[in-house]
Amino acid sequence: MSKRIEVNDLNVYYSKFLAVEGVSLTIEPRTVTALIGPSGCGKSTFLRTLNRMHEVIPGAYVKGEVLIDGNNLYGPGVDPVLVRRQVGMVFQRPNPFPTMSIGDNVLAGVKLNNRRMAKSDADDLIEKSLRGANLWNEVKDRLDKPGSSLSGGQQQRLCIARAIAVQPDVILMDEPCSALDPISTLAIEDLIEEMKADYTIVIVTHNMQQASRVSDRTGFFNIAGTGKPGRLIEYSDTTTIFSNPSIQATEDYVSGRFG
Amino acid sequence: MSTTTVAVPLTNSLTAGKLPRHSGPVVLLVSWLVTAAVFLIVQLSGASTSFNVAGTLFFGTVLYCIAIYLLSFFVEGVRKAKDRLVTALVTAAFVIALLPLISLVATTVISGLPAFLTPTFFTSSQRNVVGPGGGALHAVIGTLLITGLATLISVPIGLLSAIYLTEYGRGRLARAITFFVDVMTGIPSIVAGLFAFALFSLLFNDPGIRFGFGGAIALSVLMIPVVVRSSEEMLKLVPNELREAAYALGVPKWLTILKVVLPTSLAGIVTGIMISISRVIGETAPLLIISGFTASMNYDLFNERMMTLPVFVYTQYANQGTDTQAYLDRAWAGALTLILIVMVLNALARLIAKLFSPKLGR
Repeated sequence: MSKRIEVNDLNVYYSKFLAVEGVSLTIEPRTVTALIGPSGCGKSTFLRTLNRMHEVIPGAYVKGEVLIDGNNLYGPGVDPVLVRRQVGMVFQRPNPFPTMSIGDNVLAGVKLNNRRMAKSDADDLIEKSLRGANLWNEVKDRLDKPGSSLSGGQQQRLCIARAIAVQPDVILMDEPCSALDPISTLAIEDLIEEMKADYTIVIVTHNMQQASRVSDRTGFFNIAGTGKPGRLIEYSDTTTIFSNPSIQATEDYVSGRFG
Repeated sequence: MSTTTVAVPLTNSLTAGKLPRHSGPVVLLVSWLVTAAVFLIVQLSGASTSFNVAGTLFFGTVLYCIAIYLLSFFVEGVRKAKDRLVTALVTAAFVIALLPLISLVATTVISGLPAFLTPTFFTSSQRNVVGPGGGALHAVIGTLLITGLATLISVPIGLLSAIYLTEYGRGRLARAITFFVDVMTGIPSIVAGLFAFALFSLLFNDPGIRFGFGGAIALSVLMIPVVVRSSEEMLKLVPNELREAAYALGVPKWLTILKVVLPTSLAGIVTGIMISISRVIGETAPLLIISGFTASMNYDLFNERMMTLPVFVYTQYANQGTDTQAYLDRAWAGALTLILIVMVLNALARLIAKLFSPKLGR
């Protein structure tokens, strides 16, 4: 189910502005990869290029290639919609659909695509996804209530359930815990740990403890100055990045002596 | 809130002077009484023949503003005094704004009710009626048909334009559309009527053409920009995060718009459409030109003249017969019917908005 991601010399542009330059890395299947770095250094921009969400912003485009199990996402004739069905995404702020119930939110990927599903299959998928997101016990009695009636942490886990309900190969998480309290954060970190068995996970985070807790590999992004493109400075095992980084800038950042 | 806490030995440094609780209304009443007394003296002295109610209320309110400011200034300090003064002014402005509306509704109800309540008003047309009696059924039917058709034409065009502008439109074409929509909102309604008349008289080569469909076209010209504008604002309010959430699930753009963006903003769009209907349902000038007026029933939008309520009101008033009062009564009753239709539409819009709005309750 999980897949290997290979990025070769990727440049990301917003119109004429080069936002991220020359990123090359390989993400192994069934691993958690954390991307850390200061604000505005292009972590989220890079993450969004991994499922072509980047181009939703007008004027944005990409040069270089991203291979998922050898298939180039940016090859000619590639349909971004098909890419996004393989590579799911969880956003910084929980964003359940306000017009849908909790159950419908989980089924959103199916229902919005006009696919029909037997009632029993749908119920199974809801239960499986919500169990996968560690939310089933909390919401099983009120699946018909609106998704916005949940707390922030529950909403974020609902969004994760929604993302895994379409059975993607890769899940991207853009600072999934930044709007949550420590207990909800812990719940989601535990969840990431469990999900690692089935999915390839890439997570952007500002919290270095979180990166060291959940990830196997860590990439450090940095920016030389305002208006300059962000770059991948170092990419290595998480333990190496946090204990024995090979580049001075990485060590300054992870030890808090940055800037 | 009289703070008579004598038992507490310590003085709280956060306390400040405060007027008694109902001092506002009391001061207002006293001001009105004082001015009333002044006007009574003026009347009794013979300088005026009648008691001046409007003057009493006006000068009483002015006196209240001054009195409450001074009173509050000396007891509560300058900040509270300003607050009370501005509160008084804002409330007065609100009441003044409301006065014409209440007066208008009251006049219409009082003058329109006699004819409105006659049994024939909603069962017959004006055909062969010269004195009292007859009804406005032909006008009600005409208004509903023409406005309904105008809505059927305008809503798809307007809504799709709004979707284009918010979801797809970039660059020059989108800016041109926005500009022309803005220009179209400013078109005088008579111009829309002349446009429809010119269009159809040229198309059918008939210099005296009158039919309901033309009226619907004229109303659409007025209605489309309002629908575009209001729907566009509503669609813009849908958070981008919801669109991105749908895209990230592998949902194509058109399905995202259809199943996420539109349902989320449906309540606002429906309200906007209802407002645009209210805007055109009372149009007289374009319908007078292209739909004409008649005393008979006409259910066919594509043939013959068609009466509408605003035009009915106008003709009843403009072409009074020998029994003047009967015609005036019918004009007022027509106006009352129109107001009632708009009120029902607004109530419907609120109901729909409530039913469709995203549920936030627990």
